[in-house]
Amino acid sequence: MPIGSTPPKYRVRIDNDRCMLCEQCIENCPYGTFRKEGNKILVNSRACTGCHRCIAMCPRDAIDLEEKPVDYRSHPIWTREAREAIYNQARTGKIILAGMGNILEVPPIFDRLLLDACQVTNPSIDPLREPMELRTYIGKKPSKVEVATKPNGDIELLTHLAPNLKCETPIMIGHMSYGAISLNAQLSLARGAAAQGTFMGTGEGGLHKHLYPYQDHMIVQVASGRFGVDIDYLERGAAIEIKIGQGAKPGIGGHLPGEKVDESVSGTRMIPVSSDAISPAPHHDIYSIEDLAQLVRGLKEATEWKKPVFVKIAAVHNVAAIASGIARSSADAVVIDGFRGGTGAAPRVFRDHVGIPIEAAVAAVDEKLRHHGVRNEVSVIASGGIRDSADVTKTIALGADAVYIGTAALISLGCRVCGSCYRGLCPWGIATQRPDLVARLDPDIMWENVSNLINGWTLEIAELMGAAGINSIESLRGNRDRLRAYMLDENLMEVLDVKTVGAGA
Amino acid sequence: MAEKISIDAEGLHYTPLNQQIRAAVAAGAKEIVLDNVNGQRFIGNGLRGKDVRITINGVPGGDLGMFMSGPTCIVHANAEHAPGNTMDAGTIYIHGNAGDAVAHSMRGGEVYVKGNIGYRGGIHMKEYQDKKPVLVVGGRTRAFLGEYMAGGLLIVLGRGYTCPVDERGIGTGIHGGEIFIRGEVPEKHLGIGATKKPFTEKERELIRPYIKKYCIEFGIDDPSLFEDEYVRIGPASARPFAGKYTWE
Ligand code: SF4
Ligand code: SF4
Repeated sequence: MPIGSTPPKYRVRIDNDRCMLCEQCIENCPYGTFRKEGNKILVNSRACTGCHRCIAMCPRDAIDLEEKPVDYRSHPIWTREAREAIYNQARTGKIILAGMGNILEVPPIFDRLLLDACQVTNPSIDPLREPMELRTYIGKKPSKVEVATKPNGDIELLTHLAPNLKCETPIMIGHMSYGAISLNAQLSLARGAAAQGTFMGTGEGGLHKHLYPYQDHMIVQVASGRFGVDIDYLERGAAIEIKIGQGAKPGIGGHLPGEKVDESVSGTRMIPVSSDAISPAPHHDIYSIEDLAQLVRGLKEATEWKKPVFVKIAAVHNVAAIASGIARSSADAVVIDGFRGGTGAAPRVFRDHVGIPIEAAVAAVDEKLRHHGVRNEVSVIASGGIRDSADVTKTIALGADAVYIGTAALISLGCRVCGSCYRGLCPWGIATQRPDLVARLDPDIMWENVSNLINGWTLEIAELMGAAGINSIESLRGNRDRLRAYMLDENLMEVLDVKTVGAGA
Repeated sequence: MAEKISIDAEGLHYTPLNQQIRAAVAAGAKEIVLDNVNGQRFIGNGLRGKDVRITINGVPGGDLGMFMSGPTCIVHANAEHAPGNTMDAGTIYIHGNAGDAVAHSMRGGEVYVKGNIGYRGGIHMKEYQDKKPVLVVGGRTRAFLGEYMAGGLLIVLGRGYTCPVDERGIGTGIHGGEIFIRGEVPEKHLGIGATKKPFTEKERELIRPYIKKYCIEFGIDDPSLFEDEYVRIGPASARPFAGKYTWE
């Protein structure tokens, strides 16, 4: 039954006094928002996704964009989103898929945590003058080391050390697969990560041969679909990550629609062109924690125990106990993806309502692992909605070793978080495989944006640490004393193990 | 090193066992015999070598030939769960029964089981270009056979059974490849997205070479395996999950 259309999401206006009719906007918009008629640019606002490509390219600042130009009658419960979802499902009767991360209007816990600084009684450290240790080793650490003195007086290490990843910064780039994003986007991220001495994930899409030069900085993923996974792939990676779950859609599988599987994506994933790539919800060889240990060891055995193996899970209610099981499965790192994690596409109801925030998850996992005496057995990597160096610093103070960034890295490539990745027409050349759009993103230039971003954050973390009188990331890790809670309730403060603002040392 | 070597697996952990196998292959061994195998997991894991044959005397543990790329493994006993897991190329012959998730996510190569297998056989097998995985089971299988299959062939010979897959979930979510079952397959056992298709001479020819290999390896002479009707099961659509979603 036709309800008519819902109000437009955006209104685009051209200031004809400013416009010079260069037609850049027409060329740049893959959605067909603009056209020229006579001496005027005309606009179809309904085609707009709010990606800002036209605004970035207009030489005259002649384009105005307004979001939600038409108001609904306001109502605190029946929000615009609630109403529009109902119109959509009344029309289609289907599950609503949505892009990017969680849009629930609850404040991030990060914003309710404040960092510390030195005054008078303990001097701060100037990172310009003093060495700051941000290097982070990801992997198992021995609980003790045994050494022997050789006859010539040299000291020899007797303890066998498990392989670790050496990251020059606690910031890594998370898994975004080829297929979900373009090869040029992956190349930019990989080169940027390599330049900063850190690592990035391949996602579940195999490893394209153009990325081989950066393979020492890539973490290859093994997900439930096992796409692109063979022994060659496993051996190329610096580390291997088993993906159990993802913060944007805990508990469900993934699905790359056949339209996105072109010749090149097909070759990398090792599936036929145009076939759907379905990743089942569980790994069908993992139905228990013992089975997980079996896969961890299987991967290590296949690569002769030379690679650290990570296990990534979504932050769910019982995350601490699960992480503790993972810690005892021979895994070298547990990755926890919080409920604000981004994605190309997830059912809206999962994206917004399933899982828990990364802040609480990291604190709970760190506490549990320490309680069981296995914190050194495993590194903790946190991800899901990390927006800046303050979030990174707070995450580490809550107990993580390092973070994965995803959306932030894409934003450094121009992404405007428009949430239309699923259309496959990303005007920034990121979430698309259309050759003309992909060509807009030149990896030889854009890698520097990625590198700059990581560099800038790393400098800021060093400053924050210095101000707090800390000169090594090791002393920040799990150091809740450097955090204070601002307007958080007592229960949450207990989970985070953080005191309130105003409480002394 | 000699072309043929024997390794005594008695009391050996799987890592040193695999190290010895790798070393033998690196030294040019073509015939490797493992004696007294008793539950060691991951045998031949990630191993390369197209013309390498590994004879396994005893029961191997789980994930035999996982990620394996080329060799042939012959097991003179039963096998535990998931032989051929995510295997890339090569062949596994099991002169006995095997556990759950046999040939899980197998990408290429062939697995032959003389007897029966457990649950989730051939789950999510997939093919790409010349890589076409094949699983042949001599007897019967448990539930969830060939779920999410994205390519390859799964053949159940049903020797000694009139209804060799008498449980639910056959081919749920299948979107590529085909399942052939000799014997009755009640409609109610088919999973969502799976459908029966006509079995013609073309299909008979398609599966003949694999049945032949089965018969040769296991010394079976039974013309009915070639002559009987098979139930052919394939995807109802290449897009089993299309139609479930709408966009925000
Ligand atoms: S890009 Fe700007 S100046 Fe050029 S045609 Fe469009 S609105 Fe006018
Ligand atoms: S990647 Fe592209 S399509 Fe996706 S949110 Fe960013 S700008 Fe939009």
